[in-house]
Amino acid sequence: MLPEIGHFTLILSLFFAIALATLPIYGYWKRNLVLLELARPLTYVMTSLVFISFLVLAYSFAIDDFSVLYVSQNSNSQLPVWFKVSAVWGGHEGSLLLWVLILCGWTCAVAIKGENLPTDVRSLVLAVLGIVTTGFTSFLLFTSSPFIRLLPESPLEGGDLNPLLQDVGLIIHPPMLYMGYVGFSVAFAFAITALITGNLNASWARWARPWTSVSWAFLTIGITLGSWWAYYELGWGGWWFWDPVENASFMPWLAGTALIHSLAVTEKRGVFKSWTVLLAIFTFCLSLLGTFLVRSGVLTSVHAFAADPTRGVFILVLLFLMVGGSLLLYALKASEVKSKVTFGATGREAWLLLNNILLTTMTLTVLLGTLYPLIVDALGFGKISVGAPYFNSVFSPMALLLMVFMAIGPLSKWHNTPFSALLKKLLFPAAISLISSAILVYFYDLGVMSWISLSVAVWVLVLTFYDWFIKVSAGSKGIIPRAKTLPRNYYGMVLAHLGMAVSLVGVLFVSVSSDEQMVRMAKGDVSLLSGYEFKFEGVQHFEGPNFIADQGQIIISKDGEFVAHLKPEKRFYNARGQVMTEASIDNGLFRDLYISLGEDLGEGAWGIRIHVKPFVRWIWLGGILMMFGGLLSAMDKRYRKVSGARI
Amino acid sequence: MHPVRKKRIIAISSIVVILGLALALVMYALQQNINLFYSPTQIVNGEAPKDVMLRAGGMVVEGSVKRDNETLSVSFEVTDFTETVRIEYKGILPDLFREGQGIVAQGKLNANGTMIASEVLAKHDEEYMSPEIAEALKQSELNSTSSNTSY
Repeated sequence: MLPEIGHFTLILSLFFAIALATLPIYGYWKRNLVLLELARPLTYVMTSLVFISFLVLAYSFAIDDFSVLYVSQNSNSQLPVWFKVSAVWGGHEGSLLLWVLILCGWTCAVAIKGENLPTDVRSLVLAVLGIVTTGFTSFLLFTSSPFIRLLPESPLEGGDLNPLLQDVGLIIHPPMLYMGYVGFSVAFAFAITALITGNLNASWARWARPWTSVSWAFLTIGITLGSWWAYYELGWGGWWFWDPVENASFMPWLAGTALIHSLAVTEKRGVFKSWTVLLAIFTFCLSLLGTFLVRSGVLTSVHAFAADPTRGVFILVLLFLMVGGSLLLYALKASEVKSKVTFGATGREAWLLLNNILLTTMTLTVLLGTLYPLIVDALGFGKISVGAPYFNSVFSPMALLLMVFMAIGPLSKWHNTPFSALLKKLLFPAAISLISSAILVYFYDLGVMSWISLSVAVWVLVLTFYDWFIKVSAGSKGIIPRAKTLPRNYYGMVLAHLGMAVSLVGVLFVSVSSDEQMVRMAKGDVSLLSGYEFKFEGVQHFEGPNFIADQGQIIISKDGEFVAHLKPEKRFYNARGQVMTEASIDNGLFRDLYISLGEDLGEGAWGIRIHVKPFVRWIWLGGILMMFGGLLSAMDKRYRKVSGARI
Repeated sequence: MHPVRKKRIIAISSIVVILGLALALVMYALQQNINLFYSPTQIVNGEAPKDVMLRAGGMVVEGSVKRDNETLSVSFEVTDFTETVRIEYKGILPDLFREGQGIVAQGKLNANGTMIASEVLAKHDEEYMSPEIAEALKQSELNSTSSNTSY
């Protein structure tokens, strides 16, 4: 009975979504205030219905209701309860329901937080979000309902959750990622509203900024978590694979980063107006494209769920409608926009323009690399794959260039900064970063590329603090009071930029000074790597709640002193008959020791993979800093007193 | 020149320069890093180039996996049910590698037509078959049925 209620509330929510998508727009057109005001109550009802539906599915998982097809495919009575709940988004149908729930959550947040927005703007934004919700709820209902029943012959036992997903990282990674993905729909809705009302002044940018920053923060932490999960769970020590689905989340991140910066310029200076609108549209469309790539199964990937052609077609049509519709609107309306303000060639606008050009180009190169195999296949030129070296060699130079400019931007002033004055400020930091990193590179015997990358990281660090110092030491007040008066927005930026530098250091050292070896070891064998001694003490057998495992015992020592006792596992999950590698990691701020168990080679010998990964934590540490930066800047006081001009 | 126009030219030319550089990089990198997929039939028929990085895949033939007793070297055969190709690899095979399971290997063909793999991929889902393998199997099935009918 309960699953039917869940199904029913979901259907009902679709009707409310359709109402939300149409009535306020009709009201705006007819100048009918009652219809416009309907947007908020409709949002609340729609969200509650989807939430009920989600709760019902979660409950079905919790009580092992295997008469529900989706539950029987993705759960098992032996599964620990927290995994049962997270199994809700372990498969295609449930994760799409989560998508819709989060979309409704954002819509609700706009309805609540948008108290101070002009009525027509608020209602139109909600209506645009209603259109998106309509699209996705119907996708969910028509192609992938999670409430399909197996009656009367329901199985007694479920097929179990994919062992790869039975992990803490997977409990939080998808919700965070979706919060980011879907959050960009708010910026998109504001952009579309600005196009509909024809009022593309600075106010829409001010309204959209905090939403964009928060979504970006969520996407950042989502990607960071994904990378961390892949590192310890996939068992071969990589932290980024340029897998199509990783790219699918990375492209909206790049475009979203560009959007944050161009929104700043539009709000403060009133330039790049039409570009910012276009960027907001693109960012959300890239999120949709990501969903298409993941859900349609057109790409070979770890994340590819079972491919069902109707799903692919449905979401492709959805994608075309969204992209086509919004671009059409843009083409009709954007020509009316004229920038009256000009900007100097070395002012902050110019640096941010450079930021946008670079980030957009980076997004396009990732897009090309991801879609190239699809295009080639569609044209009948054969099956190809574009490997990680493509992305590394194209992406890295541009990322480094971006970071060089990233550090300069904050130092320049709006409108115009005399180039000579800027150059004078930059010379000394440039010398510091080049020389200090040269010394490091010399002592640790690294290459030219390391020297360049390290210089860039130091450059960002030095210039960011230098800029802060200039700002706090100006004026008559003391440093501490001045530092307190600087806006949160500014500190958010500082954190995010420092995060980039920290991540760069991590990426650099992991790439150039990681050590790895795969060895065959029998009990008592010793293997040496990077000055560490790894002694294999054989394998112990044990049983978990829903798996049996072989646990390798490895004692690590350095210069005769004990460092760690690692226990990598090889697990066999009973329900699916699937084998899983659980790596064991001794983590530290400056190095990780990483061991995973390969195959049982017979006669007590095992294949063992040993990694020594310096600075790998820094990659994710940088991601965490960036997340806090995004959140902090969204909490800036300026956004709270939003009154704005009445449209 | 009008200052606004001058700025616009600077902006546009920087866009052109960056896009141009990016395009050059992309073209170069794509040339180096694209790996074509070949089915065992194509490899046996000599359609695949030697000493070039490529991908091959199919089902692992039952009983074909041979391990070395001292090192991690392993060799096995993959088939599309028409032809088979031997693949040699040194290292740890993925968890889902099993006889009868679909895999994709990346590596180079040597003069004997054996593939020296640098990477072996098996998919993280039991029911999942990489689209390349599915296609190759379908192709070989089609060929065999059409050759049957031509008799």
